[in-house]
Amino acid sequence: MKGSMTHRMKLDTANPPAQAARQKGSFASGLQLTTDHDLCPGCGEPVALRALLDAVETLGLAQRTIGVVGIGCYTALTSMIDLDLIQALHGRAPSLATGAKRMRPDALLFTLQGDGDMVNEGLQEVIHTAARGENVTCVLLNNGVFGETGGHMTATTVIGQRTKNTLEGRDAAYHGHPILIGDLLAGLGGTSYVARGSVHDAAGVAKTRKYFERAFESQMRGEGFSFVEVLTMCPTGWFVPTKEGPGYLDEVMGSVHVTGELKVGGVLKRD
Amino acid sequence: MSQVESRGTVVIAVDRCKGCELCIPACPPAVLSMSVDQNAIGFAYPELAPGCTGCGACLLVCPDFCFAVYGYDEPVLHEEEDTACAP
Ligand SMILES: Cc1ncc(C[n+]2csc(CCOP(=O)(O)OP(=O)(O)O)c2C)c(N)n1
Ligand code: SF4
Ligand code: SF4
Ligand code: SF4
Ligand SMILES: [Mg+2]
Repeated sequence: MKGSMTHRMKLDTANPPAQAARQKGSFASGLQLTTDHDLCPGCGEPVALRALLDAVETLGLAQRTIGVVGIGCYTALTSMIDLDLIQALHGRAPSLATGAKRMRPDALLFTLQGDGDMVNEGLQEVIHTAARGENVTCVLLNNGVFGETGGHMTATTVIGQRTKNTLEGRDAAYHGHPILIGDLLAGLGGTSYVARGSVHDAAGVAKTRKYFERAFESQMRGEGFSFVEVLTMCPTGWFVPTKEGPGYLDEVMGSVHVTGELKVGGVLKRD
Repeated sequence: MSQVESRGTVVIAVDRCKGCELCIPACPPAVLSMSVDQNAIGFAYPELAPGCTGCGACLLVCPDFCFAVYGYDEPVLHEEEDTACAP
């Protein structure tokens, strides 16, 4: 190799520091039983899950929290969650959460669903739950594909997005238009809090965690339906190298499913 | 020789790293780089050079929970050797 370069020193990262230091962050959330999982390299779903668990922990609500989990790659993460959980049939988590909340009004109820689960398989569930103003928080991990079953187009796949069955990109004339579910739910009278985060970078993850906290606080104040959508990378389903996942998520999905708070305290923040 | 200051450091659980490289561009001072060696499950993993600020960005973006982050009470100084390769 030509030219001059600095060979950077490698520091020991196998052990905690010998010098006086304070731990600022641990490997996993305190509500995780394990750190090992079988999701793909570069997947955004474990990142979003940690943001959710950190929010529950920060609010001190772990003992009264019940999660209702849909069907998708994230379902495989349930074995690492140290919370009470109910496994729903595909798309049916909002109704199970409704029932549990009505029986346990002091509990914090959240669903954990994917775009295929929520916006395809069980679309009417989340819409009716929101319109009734049920006091639960529905959570959507939106990667624009049916990840677990092979990366096919869902109802949230954006125009031009490559999936297993839209290899040339989603074409509106042939495949129809995506449903912007966060915007749709924000327009309903029963919803109190709606936000869309993205885990494409550290600032996005930190904001997503804040959105979870605000949604859970809204539910604990009894304000009605709350919704947190999180855009997550699926490099496997999108056929992109893992390191290009965050950029692809932000540019391709984030330009259509625009991030930010959509509704706070029952008031729309943008239209 | 040049001196570099670390205000923090990380412990990296290299054996569960899946080599996705999301932590590399996430690190603001760019002190993480991928190894040449592979870990027990066949992936390259991040290595730390001097200059960590303890900001925690790597911890936030890693899908495999590979980072624990520390802030030093007093900054730690490292002497880095400049090895010039002959043109
Ligand atoms: C009633 C029913 N129909 C279809 C399936 C097959 N199935 C399992 S996971 C899945 C896709 C889930 O996609 P999504 O919710 O977006 O989750 P992701 O895997 O992308 O995280 C489907 C269709 C099923 N399990 N049950
Ligand atoms: S297929 Fe996609 S969503 Fe499923 S684990 Fe792999 S990267 Fe994650
Ligand atoms: S804590 Fe911040 S500065 Fe240190 S390695 Fe992680 S991202 Fe880089
Ligand atoms: S983000 Fe995590 S899994 Fe990916 S390369 Fe960095 S340490 Fe490994
Ligand atoms: Mg999906």
